[in-house]
Amino acid sequence: MDWLAVSVSLRLALWTAALLLPLALLLARWLAWSQIRWKPAIEALVLLPLVLPPTVLGYYLLVGLAPASWLGRLLGTFADGQFLFSFPAILLASLVVNVPFAVQPMQRAFEGISRNVRDAAAVSGLTPWQAFRAIELPLVWPGVVSALALVTAHTLGEFGVILLVGGSIPGETQTLSIAIYDRLQAFRNAEAGMMAAALLLFSFVTLGVVHLTARRRKSGRAHD
Amino acid sequence: MIEADNAKPDGSLDVSVALTTPIALDVALRVAPGQLLALVGPSGSGKTTVLRSVAGLIKPAAGHIACAGQTWFDAAAGHWTPPHQRAVGLVFQDYALFPHLSARDNIAIACRNPVAARIQADALLERVNLSGLGDRHPDQLSGGQQQRVALARALARDPAVLLLDEPFAAVDQMTRLRLKRELVTLRRSLGCPIVMVTHDLDEALALADTLAVLHRGRILQTGLPDDVRLRPVDQTVARLMGQTNIFQGTIERAATANTPGLIRWRDYRFEIKTTGRALSGTAIAWLVPSEHIVLHRRDRPSHGERENPVPAVIADVMRLGEMTEITAHLDADADAVLNFSMPSHTARRNELQPGAAIVVSLLAEGLHVLAHEA
Repeated sequence: MDWLAVSVSLRLALWTAALLLPLALLLARWLAWSQIRWKPAIEALVLLPLVLPPTVLGYYLLVGLAPASWLGRLLGTFADGQFLFSFPAILLASLVVNVPFAVQPMQRAFEGISRNVRDAAAVSGLTPWQAFRAIELPLVWPGVVSALALVTAHTLGEFGVILLVGGSIPGETQTLSIAIYDRLQAFRNAEAGMMAAALLLFSFVTLGVVHLTARRRKSGRAHD
Repeated sequence: MIEADNAKPDGSLDVSVALTTPIALDVALRVAPGQLLALVGPSGSGKTTVLRSVAGLIKPAAGHIACAGQTWFDAAAGHWTPPHQRAVGLVFQDYALFPHLSARDNIAIACRNPVAARIQADALLERVNLSGLGDRHPDQLSGGQQQRVALARALARDPAVLLLDEPFAAVDQMTRLRLKRELVTLRRSLGCPIVMVTHDLDEALALADTLAVLHRGRILQTGLPDDVRLRPVDQTVARLMGQTNIFQGTIERAATANTPGLIRWRDYRFEIKTTGRALSGTAIAWLVPSEHIVLHRRDRPSHGERENPVPAVIADVMRLGEMTEITAHLDADADAVLNFSMPSHTARRNELQPGAAIVVSLLAEGLHVLAHEA
């Protein structure tokens, strides 16, 4: 088992979820309740990473983050001159490809809160922040949990975009899925097989635990 | 919040607002403490928008809103108090309970004092006859119980004004009757102004101290419920109040303090108690409410029989349990439709059938002159 690859994968999943979920929560809330004219365009943009081939996304990230580009230069100053093929680069790629997985479930959850319930919170004397904490967040919580599960599972499984912007540097950008590919290329099938099984088991357990907690919450409420 | 500069704060609600979105609205109303104003009108007339403006959920374009000496909105001064800082209790039409909270917590979250919230919530639950159900979630409560929780939550803030948006629309007939009785009892212990929005006339007539008729964003008439119902200012209000017996005519003689007036309708002259500001000789519309129509009995003379008698032919008889609705054609003319109701046993005894010839009296005190509308 390539524990280095496991740690890169876990670190990537953790950072992606930690950075993306709070931002996606705000975006989802805004998309659910805003009535501006540009909403469909923004919603399409959010969904784009879902339908684009990883190569297309990877191509734009490569071009955009290349040392010659202004963004590449800017980000390079934070990463010893070279931003591409570093952990921050695959983290950025991971954030981009996970936007729809984070936003969608939470947006649906916010849409499930009726206008009257939101207004009732205000009329009950709750400040916008109190209403968010005490009413909105508990009500969208299943959506947050779903988003977390989807983002984690998807990050662990992401391959194409990570390979394009990160390469396969052990301990830095070589995630578990890339390590499997690496071993297969080298005909080390037994190692690849073991890691594939580990990834399978981990993803299954993650999704299972998430769904179990979601159900516990629901039925727990009905009986208390 | 700033103090209203006009007069002393007396706890009344003062509203004067104008807006164009979501609908055009231009209304002014005042409700004294302890009084219940019913805002009636067809759907889309702007009733709910008025409530939402008072609660601060909509910001009107112009006007001012003040309650119990506090100014909540003043367009001229650029002042606006957000909803969570207004002492408003609002019962939503769909109750809008927080689905993840127990009945007790739904109420406690609105209490001003978080330390005593639980105790206060239990006291409010008892007040709306829900003791013992505090641990239930909204989806475990019946419609009537949910409405009571919503009412308790609205009262939890110790509101300076209570707003009810179609409070009985979502419950069955039996529950509605019980909730209405409870509201009547509760009202006596509430010192604040109450505004109730409804499209149900019976509800408004049963509960309101004052009735305001809203139509297309404007209040057409405000007054005592019976005044508005029996003496509407124009044909629009008359129709909104369910009055159908409206006819055209002319004032032959305006009434004075001592002598009744006369209105002419076709070949008939009807005595009328008051003719308002209408001058002799002017074309008018006139109304006779159902309860001021007396059917002449066949066997013996009825009370008021000599007052404004008119022959008619019965067009339709519809039995609605204890009461029977009669549709008749005055003067045997299908264009002069008169609707009135009477106890079913009276209708049976008089053998009222479609096609039967009858004579009715239109009582002088009930006849009412409406502003003539082009």
